Amino acid sequence: MSDVVMHAEDVHKSFGRLEVLKGISLEVEKGETVCIIGPSGSGKTTFIRCINHLEKIDSGRIEVNGQLIGYRQRGDRLVEDSERNIARQRTQIGMVFQRFNLFPHKTALENVIEAPVHVLGTPKEQAIGLARSLLGRVGLGDKLDTYPGKLSGGQQQRVAIARALAMGPSLMLFDEATSALDPETIGEVLEVMEELAQAGTTMIVVTHEMGFARKAAHRVVMMDDGLIIEEGPPEHFFEEPTHERTKQFLSKIL
Amino acid sequence: MHALVAVDLHVIWQQVFHPHNVFFRTLWATVYISVVAQAAGVLLGLLAALARMSRFAPLRWLSGVYVWVFRGTPVLVQIFYVYFAFSWPTLHFGFWTVPDAAIAGIVALSINEGAYMREIIRAGIDSVDRGQMEAAKSIGMTYGLAMRRIILPQAARVIVPPLGNEFNNMMKTTSLVYTIGVFEMFAFAEQNYSQTFIADYFLAIAVWYLFLTTVWTFIQAYIERRLSVSERGDELSFRERLQAAWNPMTSWARGGGG
Repeated sequence: MSDVVMHAEDVHKSFGRLEVLKGISLEVEKGETVCIIGPSGSGKTTFIRCINHLEKIDSGRIEVNGQLIGYRQRGDRLVEDSERNIARQRTQIGMVFQRFNLFPHKTALENVIEAPVHVLGTPKEQAIGLARSLLGRVGLGDKLDTYPGKLSGGQQQRVAIARALAMGPSLMLFDEATSALDPETIGEVLEVMEELAQAGTTMIVVTHEMGFARKAAHRVVMMDDGLIIEEGPPEHFFEEPTHERTKQFLSKIL
Repeated sequence: MHALVAVDLHVIWQQVFHPHNVFFRTLWATVYISVVAQAAGVLLGLLAALARMSRFAPLRWLSGVYVWVFRGTPVLVQIFYVYFAFSWPTLHFGFWTVPDAAIAGIVALSINEGAYMREIIRAGIDSVDRGQMEAAKSIGMTYGLAMRRIILPQAARVIVPPLGNEFNNMMKTTSLVYTIGVFEMFAFAEQNYSQTFIADYFLAIAVWYLFLTTVWTFIQAYIERRLSVSERGDELSFRERLQAAWNPMTSWARGGGG
């Protein structure tokens, strides 16, 4: 268990009176790709947003690389960490959003070098070199100076992936990264994600793309109503799901 | 009959095309008071807007009281109060002297302007998609860095058009500081009128105010074009922006000159 990158333990989260996460525990090891599936409203997006503290958890704990996320231990209580420490922790965790959230006032290249230069203090020349190779890796070597507004959805999402990778994160989170895309551009984004998974990137992927989960995931996790109800390797998971709710969900979606 | 000629062409001609050095000093006073007061007003408005969005409740209240008081009272009253209630220094920068009354005027105008700018800046910040702050945080930015690098540059596109309108108003509102003894453009006209009873001095400075606001219209159109560069494909041309800035129906009206 030495190579655990993400460790979540009994995570609870409510929005007002609505309890969205009812005790999630999950471990992800280095190099592993874990897909989280489940019906909408099951809490998968909320959970993944808790991992980099975009949402605050109410109880339980989340650790990335052995470091408690978002909180500090004070005695036997947890208190929210300083903004600066939380920001520092986030540099370790890349996130790709459903709606890309590229910076529209910056070119593809500027989007990618923004955080290395202004957060990590990487020299600009070096950051540009890194950004060129990352944008090349996602197949956008010819779009360096293009603004997001002139890129297709699939291209924007690939820039967003490069932007997250530029921080050299030890964990990548994908929050329904293909849900907002036109059908014809979904493939190019999934291809990049598969390539990352094969290259040994540690990834947690919230997705509705069962094809991707089947092909690229090491483990599939099914969430329903704020709980993980079933998990296992994709072969087992898709061929012979044990839980009734999983069977139901898969029969609808496959 | 001479008396029926309403416009004294000689005065107009002289004041508009061959003004005296004294006149240029007053023109300069109008310009620097407007620019400094507007710049400080933007800064105050930004601070008040950030305070308004603060998690710390007393800051939010403070920001609310500020806007309530300074938008709810006449700017002329504020100018008089600021000038007479405090003592202000006279500043010297080489040949250039800024009298105490001008400093009081700048202070009062900028505090007043900040109250209006707060709403404009807040609307600009609100117009930026919430996902932008999340994306900035997800790559390790703190709130302050994300504001400076990501949110405010995008908010600027929304802020600049009404800001330009505010500055247009500001150049005209500066005429009020003549009442506390600042020798600016309006004071020049008023002084000449009281000596000659030729009303055309007012007409002459109206031409100069019009000149200033027109120059500003061009500068504003240029800035807006620079800010919107390449955001999307359907951007307006310089000429279209100029027309938009020109047309009072398309500019933001706040009603009156302050």
